[in-house]
Amino acid sequence: MPQVEPMEGNQAVAEAMRQINPDVVAAYPITPSTEVVQTFAQFVADGEVDTNFVAVESEHSAMSACTSAAAAGGRVMNATSSAGLALMWEILYITASLRMPVILTVVNRALSGNINIHCDHSDTMGARDAGWIQIYAENVQESYDNLIQAVAIGEQADVRLPVMSCLDGFLVSHSYELLQVEDDDAVKDFVGPYVPRYPLLDVENPLTMGPLDLYDFYFEHKRDQWAAYEPAKQAVIEVGQRFGETFGRSYGLFEKYQLDDAEVAIVALGSMAGTAKDAVESLRAEGVKAGLLKLRLFRPFPAEELAEALAGLKAVAVCDRAASFGAQAGPLYAEITSALYTAGVSVPTVNYIYGLGGRQIAPDEIISIYRDLEQVAAEGQPDQPLQFIGVRAFSKEEHADMYAF
Amino acid sequence: MRVYKPDAKWHEMVSGGYIPQAGNAVEYDVSGWRTDRPVRDDECCIDCLFCWVYCPDNAIFCKDGSVVGQSIDLVHCKGCGICAAVCPKDCIEMVPESELSGDDNE
Repeated sequence: MPQVEPMEGNQAVAEAMRQINPDVVAAYPITPSTEVVQTFAQFVADGEVDTNFVAVESEHSAMSACTSAAAAGGRVMNATSSAGLALMWEILYITASLRMPVILTVVNRALSGNINIHCDHSDTMGARDAGWIQIYAENVQESYDNLIQAVAIGEQADVRLPVMSCLDGFLVSHSYELLQVEDDDAVKDFVGPYVPRYPLLDVENPLTMGPLDLYDFYFEHKRDQWAAYEPAKQAVIEVGQRFGETFGRSYGLFEKYQLDDAEVAIVALGSMAGTAKDAVESLRAEGVKAGLLKLRLFRPFPAEELAEALAGLKAVAVCDRAASFGAQAGPLYAEITSALYTAGVSVPTVNYIYGLGGRQIAPDEIISIYRDLEQVAAEGQPDQPLQFIGVRAFSKEEHADMYAF
Repeated sequence: MRVYKPDAKWHEMVSGGYIPQAGNAVEYDVSGWRTDRPVRDDECCIDCLFCWVYCPDNAIFCKDGSVVGQSIDLVHCKGCGICAAVCPKDCIEMVPESELSGDDNE
């Protein structure tokens, strides 16, 4: 029988890993993801899994070992955060290019400097072009559910891509919630046995992976890789539906919360969506037609589906928990506005940068975003499309010149 | 065994950029990389086979345990000079290709 137990996000992820029982885990600890691997290492030590656990000397080595073990034909998992993900950078691209369905839990944390251990999405946003599928969780249950689905998505025959399953550092990773833990056998059945398509250990069919690949073939190989992401998006939809049929919790590309009749809406990733739902309810009680679009899948980016979901709104706020220095806005905003423009959807959009380095975002602040959106909707365009919320700053009235930056 | 033609299209390939064929490096002509060519003096050679062992591209031909009288594989020799460097008798000279006639390049 499925059990309901209080668990932290990290423990929930480790529990899912125990149930999946991967062939290889190669990892190096970093806050706030340490507990995932630490808890899992105990399962290995206690003989609860058959996993070959490799303790390596850096994250670069961890992802190298994971990619190699996947090339050999294994089902492989790992977890990291922030600077750990940054140190994997070189190998992240190789994992995806070689089409290795490695599953990496990323407990989102700010990048240095200065050193900060708390949540923002700058780490995974920086890795958004590496070719990994990226799925973001709102809470502990989704962190558990997403990891199980990630295996089925990444390993699908026409996908074969690595997946980052992301959860917010401390806000989810170290928060206790009631988690529905499914039966071990049900989880094992859901992910099924792993049958690698081209295992290097298949000595009857030798092949070479990752050779020198210059101007005569590299471009064709990249073009072929590009073709994997539409099937990947479909796999996220199909696996999310199958998960719902099996366990009663369905998932899609994104969650629409009070969105269908909404006039003003927020788009957000991760744990902020939970707070925003409360804000939506408060505003709805006042008669404000507020809605929320919680994006789950950031890579591959579901541009057409998002444009369709946001069409008809009078104003949209896109909330970015990431810095993208030198860009015109945060990465999520840039993607959303690009999607709207391409689809010919004209909706006034405002970008809110929030929560960097673990700065809390309070319900009142989210409500203030909706209030701003009502004004944007009335005026037809935002006064200032890039806003920072929750940072100590001059007010517009006090210092108009500073406000512009 | 699949061999990709130089004009193969992207959807005709195995995903992941794999080479699904063992040992096809033999088809890769690297003679154009070479600026200096190893030229061995067979009178001086003592058949120690150091050049044969050290050559990273198996470009030193050897027959019945002897390189004397055998040629060097100029399709796969990149002109790295390792053979000349390891020769204990200094029998191998790296000669600039520009000093050799075009006929010798075949």
